[in-house]
Amino acid sequence: MNNLTVEAIELTRLYGGREAVSNVSFSVKQGEVLGFLGPNGAGKSTTMKMLTGNLAPSAGSMKICGIDMIENPKEAKALIGYLPEMRPLYKEFTVDEYLTIAARLHRVSGKHIKKAVENAKERCGLTHMSKRLIENLSNGYQQRVGIAQAIIHSPMVVILDEPTVGLDPNQIRPIRELIKEIGKEHSVILSTHILPEVELMCNHVQIIDKGKLVFNGDIDVLKRQRIGNKLLIGFSNLPMVDELLKIKGVIEAELTDNNMMRVRFAEGEAPHEAIVQAAVKNKWGLYQIAPDQTSLEDVFTQLTHQDAAEIAAESPQ
Amino acid sequence: MIFNILRKELKSMFASPMGWVILSLLMLAFGMNFLNGIDSYFAVMQGAMRPAERIGVTQFVGEKLFSFAAFLALFAVPLLSMRLISEERRSLTLPFLFSAPVSITDIVLGKFLGLVIFLGVLVVYIAIMLFALSPWAEIDTGYILANSFGLLLLVASFSAAGLYFSSMTQQPVVAAILTFIVLFALSFLDLVLPGDPSGILPNLSIMHRFQSFTGGLIDTGDIAYFMLLIITFLTLTIRRLDADRLRG
Repeated sequence: MNNLTVEAIELTRLYGGREAVSNVSFSVKQGEVLGFLGPNGAGKSTTMKMLTGNLAPSAGSMKICGIDMIENPKEAKALIGYLPEMRPLYKEFTVDEYLTIAARLHRVSGKHIKKAVENAKERCGLTHMSKRLIENLSNGYQQRVGIAQAIIHSPMVVILDEPTVGLDPNQIRPIRELIKEIGKEHSVILSTHILPEVELMCNHVQIIDKGKLVFNGDIDVLKRQRIGNKLLIGFSNLPMVDELLKIKGVIEAELTDNNMMRVRFAEGEAPHEAIVQAAVKNKWGLYQIAPDQTSLEDVFTQLTHQDAAEIAAESPQ
Repeated sequence: MIFNILRKELKSMFASPMGWVILSLLMLAFGMNFLNGIDSYFAVMQGAMRPAERIGVTQFVGEKLFSFAAFLALFAVPLLSMRLISEERRSLTLPFLFSAPVSITDIVLGKFLGLVIFLGVLVVYIAIMLFALSPWAEIDTGYILANSFGLLLLVASFSAAGLYFSSMTQQPVVAAILTFIVLFALSFLDLVLPGDPSGILPNLSIMHRFQSFTGGLIDTGDIAYFMLLIITFLTLTIRRLDADRLRG
């Protein structure tokens, strides 16, 4: 077969009649890092629970490397490493003990266990914490233990629910590198509500909102949407909107709430320099000019209102 | 795979002081009871008893000891079983087991056998105590084995019930109380509800069933009763955990 590692086919999950996830279909290829984006309660975690066999779907099916999760749960689960939103750590054990248990449960053969544990610890930067009780580790280190147990059996698919929550910026960087590295050989699905995170780690993005998949496409589409063709400009003497519109390439200008000017320019144009020159000439008192990074909600609305044909073209499905 | 779960359970039981404390307290209690039994054996048997009324030291000491152990198990097992699943629920570690390549049956059986082995240590300990008399007296091996087997079946059925109630709640204490109430009711069914002693009720009572073992008798009917009890509670536990997956 092809190198599809995860296939979700029309997954639906009802909670007391309400559809928490409705008709979600997607697939992940080997060597892909898929980012799952969505606001709270959108159904990210529910989808992940279904993919890992922790929750039975009301309808639809999921396959891991071609193995059906419902028909052959043991075989399918053996190919997955999963870190749920709440870290499933046995706090009374030391890091070594816990990882050994995880390795055993995931069918790592007896003579490879020690190596697998060492390897996972090294990759997650836990080597010097081996003999510590998990209970006594800091939040960030506990999170690393959680990631270590998900990758200990070098699974084909690693599913991480909000993997960077609770980590400080210094800790996030190695974890990001680690996720990218895993994504090279295997597949990674991770959920987050932090947009820049997706851009840094993923090469594929899915946005889910109110249980529905609203966007599925390459990371570049998202990047373009986000950075977009907007500038946020601060003037101490605010010019008239009309004057800005005169500059070549500018097609829209509006005043924001905090007295900044948001300028949209046409695709392929770069009016930055012209704006600066105009500002100097007219003494607008320019003090800031930066690309306007849209918030997640804006991207949502933009992407969901995008031309359906364009989505179809961008998405590999 | 069952074995891996079992190993994890035993490890976590011995990782907390709870397991050690209960184990040592029970051993202390059994040891005291054993010593008392031997003391009173000499007191009773030295008296003017007709030879026909005399019973062997194994039965004299063993009967008390095994009945005492069964009674203590009523309190000890709920305390040991309460955390098995409820603690996993509370600390949200169940997904760790559910997403590993093990079936729910494996998980339940592993946890159950882990607790039974832990309690089996106590049963073996009692048997060793009684066998320790062998240099000085003739020991009724069959009697000890029958009783040990009975006690093992008893604690296993207690464990199965405890496991089930542990799967119903997030609060270990609630699980322990529920287990205790149900086990107590089941144990003394024949004493609590009045009725015809030859009727059906005494046959459903755990302690009544256990009594034939304390007499040194292995009855297939009793074995079947305990097995049914164990299978019923384990099946209920599996169904309860499966419902988690289905209902979420």
